[in-house]
Amino acid sequence: MATTTTDINQLVEPQQVRFDETLVLESNGQLDGYTLAYETYGKLNARGDNALLICHALSGDHHVAGRYDDSGKTYGWWHLLIGPEKPIDTNKFFVVCSNNIGGCHGSTGPSSINPSTDKPYGTDFPLVTVNDWVYTQAKLSDYLGITQWAAVIGGSLGGMQAMQWSISYPERLRHCIVIASAAKLNAQNIGFNDVARQAIRTDPDFHNGNYYEHNVAPARGMRVARMIGHITYLSEDMMGQKFGRNLRKKAKFDYEFTPEFEVESYLRYQGDAFINKFDANTYLLMTKALDYYDPAAETDDDLTKALAPATASFLVVSFSSDWRFSPERSREVVRALQSNKLNVSYAEVTCPHGHDSFLLDIDDYTRVVRSYLNRIAGESVLGSELGIDPKDTVTIEAKRV
Amino acid sequence: MSKLLNISTLSRYDHQIISEWVEPASRVIDLGCGNGSLLKHLQISKGVTGYGVELNPEMIDQCIDNDINVIQFNLDQGLGHFDSDSFDTVILSLTLQSMRKPLTLLEEMLRVGRQGIVTFPNFAHWRNRWQIAVGGSMPESDELPYKWYDTPNIHLCTLNDFHQLCDQLGFQIESSIAVRADGKQTLGLKTMPNLFGEIALCRFSKR
Repeated sequence: MATTTTDINQLVEPQQVRFDETLVLESNGQLDGYTLAYETYGKLNARGDNALLICHALSGDHHVAGRYDDSGKTYGWWHLLIGPEKPIDTNKFFVVCSNNIGGCHGSTGPSSINPSTDKPYGTDFPLVTVNDWVYTQAKLSDYLGITQWAAVIGGSLGGMQAMQWSISYPERLRHCIVIASAAKLNAQNIGFNDVARQAIRTDPDFHNGNYYEHNVAPARGMRVARMIGHITYLSEDMMGQKFGRNLRKKAKFDYEFTPEFEVESYLRYQGDAFINKFDANTYLLMTKALDYYDPAAETDDDLTKALAPATASFLVVSFSSDWRFSPERSREVVRALQSNKLNVSYAEVTCPHGHDSFLLDIDDYTRVVRSYLNRIAGESVLGSELGIDPKDTVTIEAKRV
Repeated sequence: MSKLLNISTLSRYDHQIISEWVEPASRVIDLGCGNGSLLKHLQISKGVTGYGVELNPEMIDQCIDNDINVIQFNLDQGLGHFDSDSFDTVILSLTLQSMRKPLTLLEEMLRVGRQGIVTFPNFAHWRNRWQIAVGGSMPESDELPYKWYDTPNIHLCTLNDFHQLCDQLGFQIESSIAVRADGKQTLGLKTMPNLFGEIALCRFSKR
């Protein structure tokens, strides 16, 4: 059993676990062992039935809640929703989040040292998929001794992983919470992802992915990739409200190419901030994983069939102003779940914040999440009264699906 | 309970009647389910499974608190969410009168389910008639507390009207009851339901 770190002040320390197996990926690529970085919050109860797995999105990592220090700058990316007495209450639940393989925050990824060359993998790092991530998360579950998650939860790309959990390991989760996500990307989405990839790959500092050995990074490409991404995560209304046509610290145009509009300087700031905390090869891999995900591809484009193995109860949430993962994409998932006669609740939250809404404390959204998590907590108590031990119900060894 | 109407005492009584019309362990949708209290009642008393549909965001978390499956969408967009013939009973409780296209929704109910149950305020209740006939004004009552210009209840009908519509749509009326909002039984209610019934409850299926 791994040590769990969380004290009352929500200070948290990342942990790592090494798996020495040879991992054959869906892309047929191979990793000779891999490391997963993860964090945990709250306490696993004696029955082991209060564990929640959080799956991160494109630019996320394992630091989902709590904080590393008192600087005020190291809060987890979903700390508005996860913590003591928050909608996902760490006083009640044992919350786990890992950095996906291919990542750049402690799990094995393109910037890690390849043991066979003693150099960073760079573009030798194989392409990874949502299925690969779900498998490695199941290995982490085994390691942590969690036979069945009370819920697997994710937003955006994380929602895809949660959905895939319900298909790959149906007996290992009771609830599945899919937020601002989709069962597959559409052409427009893939198009945006490729613009980001092209920006990175055509940067002269990219060096065919092996920029580490030149001690540079494709910063200009990353900046453009983040800027276009950021625009698509907001809504037209929100950008209008936030920036309008406001000029930066002046009343008149300078007729120059320096940032003159507020929106320009905001996006450049976002782009610059991203360069220092994210690896370009990881960004490429993550966007490809997004593009590839399509569980219905193997079932004649029939999502109902694809979700047929699922037994979990679902909560699906979408946001009215999210045009990157629009409510219609979530409705498709809900319809397929209904056709499988599964328990599903669906909230379509009206708000102006676009795709990034899932990260925010929006009342109609967090009330729903809080209620749903309360329901899960109630079941956990009921299970104990009935003497159900989730450990009795499944064998604890993740199999490649 | 729907906020379209102002009815507080009714709920337990009409839940009881609807409950008698629903088969044990059957599949049910409750359209316009409010806080989910009816579906919760049916889950507990009849062991049904299914979904509630509600648009109002204030109600969604209450439905979840009530331990029902709730799907948030606008019924005026039809029931495309649900497969044909996938439910035993489709309930539309005190919501029909606020729909833009009640006809389409009624047809959709029997596309999706084997039987439909509709409850609505009976506009032919004598107090409404009195207000129009003598007062010369659009009726307002405890049940229908809105002014004509700001009411969400845009398709009010009478018990007789509803029977005629079912006939026209080729629906078979299986049961039909009119009740007072306070649940009291009276002789007038029994003999002249369209005059003394405040709330109408109808169960129908394909002919």
